[in-house]
Amino acid sequence: MSQIESVWRAESGRVLATLIRLLRDFDRAEEALHDAFLAAAEQWPKTGIPANPRAWLVSAGRFKAIDRIRRRAKFADIAREILATEEEAQMPQDAEPIADDALRLIFTCCHPEIPADGRIALTLREVAGLTTEEIAAAFLSKTPAIAQRIVRAKNRIKELALPYEVPEPEQLAGRLDTVLHVIYLIFNEGYSASHGEAAIRTELCGEAIRLCRQLVELRPEPDALGLLALLLLQDARKAARVGPGGDIVLLVDQDRARWDRRQIAEGTELVRRAFARPPLAAYTIEAAIAAVHCAAATADDTDWAEISALYDLLLRADASPVVELNRAVAIAMRDGPAAGLRLIDDLLGRGELSRFRYAHAAKADLLRRLGRRAEARAAYEMALEFTEQEAERRFIAGRIRGLAN
Amino acid sequence: MRYLCLVHMGPDTFDGLDEAGRRRLDRDSLNYDKELQEGGHFIAAEALEGPDNAVMVKVRNGETSTTDGPFSETKEHLGGFILIEARDMNEAIRLAAGIPLARLGRIEVRPIYMIPDPDRP
Repeated sequence: MSQIESVWRAESGRVLATLIRLLRDFDRAEEALHDAFLAAAEQWPKTGIPANPRAWLVSAGRFKAIDRIRRRAKFADIAREILATEEEAQMPQDAEPIADDALRLIFTCCHPEIPADGRIALTLREVAGLTTEEIAAAFLSKTPAIAQRIVRAKNRIKELALPYEVPEPEQLAGRLDTVLHVIYLIFNEGYSASHGEAAIRTELCGEAIRLCRQLVELRPEPDALGLLALLLLQDARKAARVGPGGDIVLLVDQDRARWDRRQIAEGTELVRRAFARPPLAAYTIEAAIAAVHCAAATADDTDWAEISALYDLLLRADASPVVELNRAVAIAMRDGPAAGLRLIDDLLGRGELSRFRYAHAAKADLLRRLGRRAEARAAYEMALEFTEQEAERRFIAGRIRGLAN
Repeated sequence: MRYLCLVHMGPDTFDGLDEAGRRRLDRDSLNYDKELQEGGHFIAAEALEGPDNAVMVKVRNGETSTTDGPFSETKEHLGGFILIEARDMNEAIRLAAGIPLARLGRIEVRPIYMIPDPDRP
């Protein structure tokens, strides 16, 4: 990659965010960004890369946008000319890029007034720089569907003249939640690998972490710290999670030497900071659970008592059948498989998780450990019925084979 | 990626335009092509004569036969096209929205399909 290209890759996201603020229009800003890129490609090879490439690109983009508005006005009717001049006059004169423009952009893209299905797509495209086609591949959607969500979301921003700003700390409640949720969903889509192309999914995890880091830098709210901790701790184990041939490696069987220790240390420190500022968000408690796993030198060293206690806490913060299921698994590790099995049977009896593959797989695993092989096999077969992801299917099928003889 | 912007229009698309309006539309259209060119987006563009001047051709059993164009007077027809280079579908949509005829007709944005090499297994 040429030097110009790598500067471009590093800066284009922030330049776009600043141009959106200056030009107050997504489409016009994207056009200006493209123009700035053309100008850089033409001039930088002659003049060298400027000392502050971001400021250069912002100023070039802004200049080109004004130029365009002028030129278009010349050929169009008088009303448009007046409009353009007026807009130009309103344009703030300082072209100095401001560090938190990217964050403003996230808050705008995740505004509660934007339909929920549009928020993720818009954030991924405008903030993370993914293409419509990449977003569609990652979410197994059709490109036209994603494209239209993005168009609708942009129209909504324009129509409601949504403010382009990071809410002040006292207004953050409610606004922060949707942003954190979108970041969490972006990460999960990359992490859980339910479908799509592998390379894009890895990129999604990296983008989610980058966005969350920016958020934490400007608004170090405990919930944001908790989410960043959770993402870092999950991501730290990513390399060990997949075996050769793309097979799933369970936590107990993972090669812990392949975990990213630096990221674990950072995540654990963030958990500590977030825990000092209750009330605790679900993300923070989930991060604490991940931190306990990461602290164990071997699977046998895992502090299941601590993890069970954290699940009790999580159940109070975020009661859901899935949390109950995870808690049952932790209790099985602390008190033995029979104790966990009782809880899972109760849970399945309530019906909410009867189509959830992990509930059947967890039950199967406990039955297997209790030596109840026929029942274990039947439970794995139930799990297989609700599993679509290829690597997971291979894993479960392997377990069924292991119980056959 | 490349996208073909197909300009669809109906029999009444130009009804509201007088001679001056029509000239302005032509000028705007040519200017927009130039703008796309400057932005590195332009690959090709042409306007098409009406379906009255079209002939449909087909070959069956080695024999070439022709009929009139398929469109009746009341239906939308293809009035022209612009082949563009864009970063993604949403950029293509933005560029298509800038086509002056988008305000009178409708633009269909179609990604270009890359035919896989038929000789590769």
